Amino acid sequence: MSEPWGPHDLGGQDGGPIDLAEHDTAYWEWQIDAMVRLALKKGLISDFAELRDGIEQLTPDDYARCTYYERWAKSLAYALVSRGVIDEKRLNEKIAAVKARQDAEGAA
Amino acid sequence: MTDHDHDHSRTFQPDHAEPTSDGARIGLALRELLIEAGHYTAGEEQSVIEAMQGASPENGGRIVAKAWNDAEYKERLLANGAEAIKELGYELEPYEFTVMENTADTHNVIVCTLCSCYPRALLGMSPAWYKSSSYRARVVREPRSVLAEFGVELSDDVSVRVHDSTAELRYMVLPQRPAGTDDWSEAQLAKLVTRNSLVGTERDLKIA
Repeated sequence: MSEPWGPHDLGGQDGGPIDLAEHDTAYWEWQIDAMVRLALKKGLISDFAELRDGIEQLTPDDYARCTYYERWAKSLAYALVSRGVIDEKRLNEKIAAVKARQDAEGAA
Repeated sequence: MTDHDHDHSRTFQPDHAEPTSDGARIGLALRELLIEAGHYTAGEEQSVIEAMQGASPENGGRIVAKAWNDAEYKERLLANGAEAIKELGYELEPYEFTVMENTADTHNVIVCTLCSCYPRALLGMSPAWYKSSSYRARVVREPRSVLAEFGVELSDDVSVRVHDSTAELRYMVLPQRPAGTDDWSEAQLAKLVTRNSLVGTERDLKIA
């Protein structure tokens, strides 16, 4: 068996029992999915390969830690910042604003 | 490889709209910036989500039932899945679509080891286990024991074919028609078909 190409290259690796539980898709996950599809449709990224490439650049720890749509989100953010569609400083400010809003809602 | 089965270790409740993980926050922040900058509108987002939510394994069930009842259609479906599926009015994303037929001595199962490609346009959202690290890692090497975890016990004289999907090529399994359904209508037959049977993690469909 050859060495994996990266954290995404899981075929033939070891793994534990499969969790067969069904999970509802949360609304934020639909929103991320829609964001990726709209980014493709509007030409903000070129194709799914670009998104997958970003996912494959995640560190092994990050890959393992993130859920499916978190990987999508991180990859799309990477692609849009790299392309100059989104300013990294503004993105960081917005992330801080989302966190502040959530903290305030949690405290309420 | 160590403890890598984290894909869905954190389940977000459907009513908890904004999970507080870093990854999800990046997504939410990105979404707000794109909408504020006018790249797309909340209305467009809603339309896309509704369209995605409209796809379900019932679509696969109708295609399978048609194939069971119409030998010529089945032949076209197995020869060129995408074209035959479009015949029934379904819109597919631009990728190849291959339908693999289960028989008495062959069982097919699909996976996407590298990411989690799934025939979403047709079958809707993929199940969590399909996206899990364990399924992706193990089904290509030990399909029989993985299938056993799903309750599918294959005898040694049934061969297993595992199909690894890509962004350009998606698969669907054509399950076997259950015995005793010769005089059933297509609509009745379609109801027998389950999501897992279309992926290959179920083999013998039950007559209710």
